[in-house]
Amino acid sequence: MKSPLAGRTYRGKRLLFAALAVFALLAFAACSPVGPQDYIGSQEGSQASRSDQLWDLTFGIAAVIFVIVEGLLVFTLFKFRQRPGREAAQFHGNTKLEIILTIIPSLIMAGIAVPTVQAIFDNSAKAEGALEIKVVAHQFWWEYQYPDQDLVTANELHLPVDQPVHLTIEAATEDVIHSFWIPRLAGTQDAVPGRINTLNFVPEETGTFWGQCKEFCGLSHANMRLRVHVEEQGDFDQWVAEQQAPAAAASAEVAQGEELFMQSACAGCHAIEGTNAAGTIGPNLTHFASRETFAGAMFRRTDENLNQWVANAPDMKPGVTMPSGIEELGLSQEDVDAIVAYLQTLK
Amino acid sequence: MATAVVHQQRGMLSRPMAKTGVWSWITTVDHKRLGILYGVTAFFFFILGGLEALAIRSQLATPDGQLLNADVYNQFFTMHGLTMIFLVVMPMGAALMNYFVPLMIGARDVAFPRINAFSYWVFLFGGLFLYSSFFLGGAPDGGWFGYAPLNVQLPGNGMTYYSLGLQILGIASLGGAVNFIVTILNMRAPGMTLMKMPIFIWMTLVTSFLLLFAFPIIAVALFQLMFDRAFGANFFNPAKGGEPILWQHLFWLFGHPEVYIMILPAMGIVSEVLPTFARKPIFGYAAIVFSGIAIGFMGWGVWAHHMFSVGLGPVANSAFALSTMFIAVPTGVKIFNWMGTLWGGSIRFKTPLLFAVGFVAMFVIGGLSGVTHSIVPHDAQQTDTYYIVAHFHYVLFGGAIFGLFAGLYYWWPKIFGRSLSEGLGKLHFWMMFIGFNLTFGPFHILGLQGMPRRIYTYPDEMGWNFWNMVSTVGAFLIALGTLVFIMNAVRTRKKGEIAGADPWDARTLEWTIPSPPPEHNFDVIPVVEKRDDFWYRKYITEPETERQVRVFAGGADEDAASEFDIQSIHMPDPSYWPVVAALALPIMGYGVIYSNWAVLIGGGVLLILGLFGWGLEPSAEEAH
Repeated sequence: MKSPLAGRTYRGKRLLFAALAVFALLAFAACSPVGPQDYIGSQEGSQASRSDQLWDLTFGIAAVIFVIVEGLLVFTLFKFRQRPGREAAQFHGNTKLEIILTIIPSLIMAGIAVPTVQAIFDNSAKAEGALEIKVVAHQFWWEYQYPDQDLVTANELHLPVDQPVHLTIEAATEDVIHSFWIPRLAGTQDAVPGRINTLNFVPEETGTFWGQCKEFCGLSHANMRLRVHVEEQGDFDQWVAEQQAPAAAASAEVAQGEELFMQSACAGCHAIEGTNAAGTIGPNLTHFASRETFAGAMFRRTDENLNQWVANAPDMKPGVTMPSGIEELGLSQEDVDAIVAYLQTLK
Repeated sequence: MATAVVHQQRGMLSRPMAKTGVWSWITTVDHKRLGILYGVTAFFFFILGGLEALAIRSQLATPDGQLLNADVYNQFFTMHGLTMIFLVVMPMGAALMNYFVPLMIGARDVAFPRINAFSYWVFLFGGLFLYSSFFLGGAPDGGWFGYAPLNVQLPGNGMTYYSLGLQILGIASLGGAVNFIVTILNMRAPGMTLMKMPIFIWMTLVTSFLLLFAFPIIAVALFQLMFDRAFGANFFNPAKGGEPILWQHLFWLFGHPEVYIMILPAMGIVSEVLPTFARKPIFGYAAIVFSGIAIGFMGWGVWAHHMFSVGLGPVANSAFALSTMFIAVPTGVKIFNWMGTLWGGSIRFKTPLLFAVGFVAMFVIGGLSGVTHSIVPHDAQQTDTYYIVAHFHYVLFGGAIFGLFAGLYYWWPKIFGRSLSEGLGKLHFWMMFIGFNLTFGPFHILGLQGMPRRIYTYPDEMGWNFWNMVSTVGAFLIALGTLVFIMNAVRTRKKGEIAGADPWDARTLEWTIPSPPPEHNFDVIPVVEKRDDFWYRKYITEPETERQVRVFAGGADEDAASEFDIQSIHMPDPSYWPVVAALALPIMGYGVIYSNWAVLIGGGVLLILGLFGWGLEPSAEEAH
């Protein structure tokens, strides 16, 4: 059998190796597991899956055009390379070909435009009986208000599966532009100070989905993350009930932590229902311990992480408004331990 | 050559007359010298922007990178973008336009040689002003398109340097735009009608109109930003009735034509290089001209495709989706016509051709990904991710930069009289081509895997580790390729093959005069009869076979200079007023930054003095 390399010029061999290398890399990529924010490999929300269908159509066409055009280019370079005895053909153009090659792309674009515009309008429609949630973006964390359920939480959103949601997306007037994004569920909408945007979709599968702020918003833009827990209706209702309940009662060492919290600057920025803490600058901590993460979903809610955070938040997350507990608020390490113990009881 | 000098003493210093030495370069108004100054300066900034890129890629090669903290990272990615756009691609295009527009239309210089000089010095001082921020408290750190209200709220002077630096650079671009429009419309050689102009000239003309209308828009936005930051205004502050989205509209109304400003000159270069190395005329000249003009017009109608997730509403989003899809059509026309130029040709694989073909191949990819962005609901996923970063690097690096390198290799022998080494040139091309695809190809994948832009780090569990590492390796390969180019340029100065007037057997007027050209360009202004007039003086077409047969008397006129009396040609004289006026601008900038009225007013006085001196000085002294 003749080697696939035989008869090829040096350039031809190099091109073949390059093509094989690219193919190998892509095959490797295609076979790797789907990452938590990958929206091509998997979609679990109505908006994400519908836009993925548009992608499949468009990318398919683009891939075909790519193969034809680049293939033709490589072919042309081989076939018309300078060789002894060859003369260049001196033609100036071909009007008929030009017209055809203008009309065909126009028709392709028109074909893609129709389903695109349909999806644009469908996405902007609020569904009947949608769950209303107000998302307020801050530097560098997310606040969620459920007006109909009368609860406020931060960074981790809970949604019931298969029920349409209607998110209003805002940013505080004195804040900057952020962008709320949960790739596996829906596209993004910007949170613009002075403006209210909306996001409509139906979560279609249970699970925990990751997202993050997508509009550059300052030093900790990279650290402004979020999680969405999509649950069966029963689990969601239970979560709502727990969030509506007042903060869990304190006990033993925790009482000292609660006292420190209320008397230090903490209560000036954070709110905990049923106590004197009613600050609105930082996240609502009433059910802080019911969340997997904190600090804009940047850290897991372990004692160690929480301890480091209360002791010195600016060190862990650049640009954060929260002061350092030990250096700026004058807390001792025992004070920090007590506060952490208290926070971990706020289920 | 200057003879015995009798020059007027009008100002404090006498009119500079020297033709050699550093002072002659500082006071030059010769478009060719200014072109070289633009090119060298732009290349220097290319190195700086490239180092910023390498720092970024090193930080992102692994998760939780510790090389750059968030603050430094934000300055680096902002300055990388500003540098590559305003201090590299645009000025390198200006370098080639400056050098070759007069030559290709048969003129001796541009219409306004001192404005030309002024534009260069404003560019240099503007770039230095912007970079001085690194040493004076911190560089701009709000991203190259710096959205409000963040651009107002960012502490320090960084974003004030942004507002003033870009304002200064904009003045340079406006000067150049006016110059090229007037030159091209008024100073073409007799017989060169518009439809006989080289494509590079057409693209320069369209680019210049885009510059003329786009820069005033960003000037307004930058003034508003400066007032918000330095003087407590509230243009973009919603708490006081301002509107953050206004910034985006103004910026992108400039910003989208800006990307066509960056790509059209490179498209013009490709349209010169392909016919030369395929030995046949450009395919569909009229279609390429009209599609360039169409892109110029349609480019004004797509700006809000940068704002699809801002919440403009379904009607606006649909309108801009459609306009964005349809701007792909004239671009497609060009791609087909370039392929039609190669088809049937006799293709010589010299370095300029490799870069030109690389442009076409990479631009197809960038163009196709661009069309996928117009699918608004999916753009809601793609926007602000690395998928977008992939798109614009394919069109701006794979496109504009490759096109500019094609122009550099093509025109180097004409500018310097020596050809760059072919072996090193090919090595440079392949290193850059492979490195480029290794760096930016994976960005498509990372973007689709949900990696946002402008993040200084990412955690380990995201699944982004592998492709980030691949990309970083590619970036260093690009850097090595660039070193090969620098070696080539340095080596060629002394050891490069001496080039005659027409080393490539090309088609346009610049190849009819010696390499490098004399100051006055043409001894006799040519009379043009056809498009690609030079080619048809060299070759006649055999009637039956259509073979091109060489006419030996029709080549470039290399010996004429020694017989011709150049005293009879009056060229504009050098001048220091453009430098003086240009220097005033950053001085005023520093006055604003440091809230120092004395410096601000002093700079203003210097500007007025500079403009007066300039206005009172004739373009050429009578007594020579």
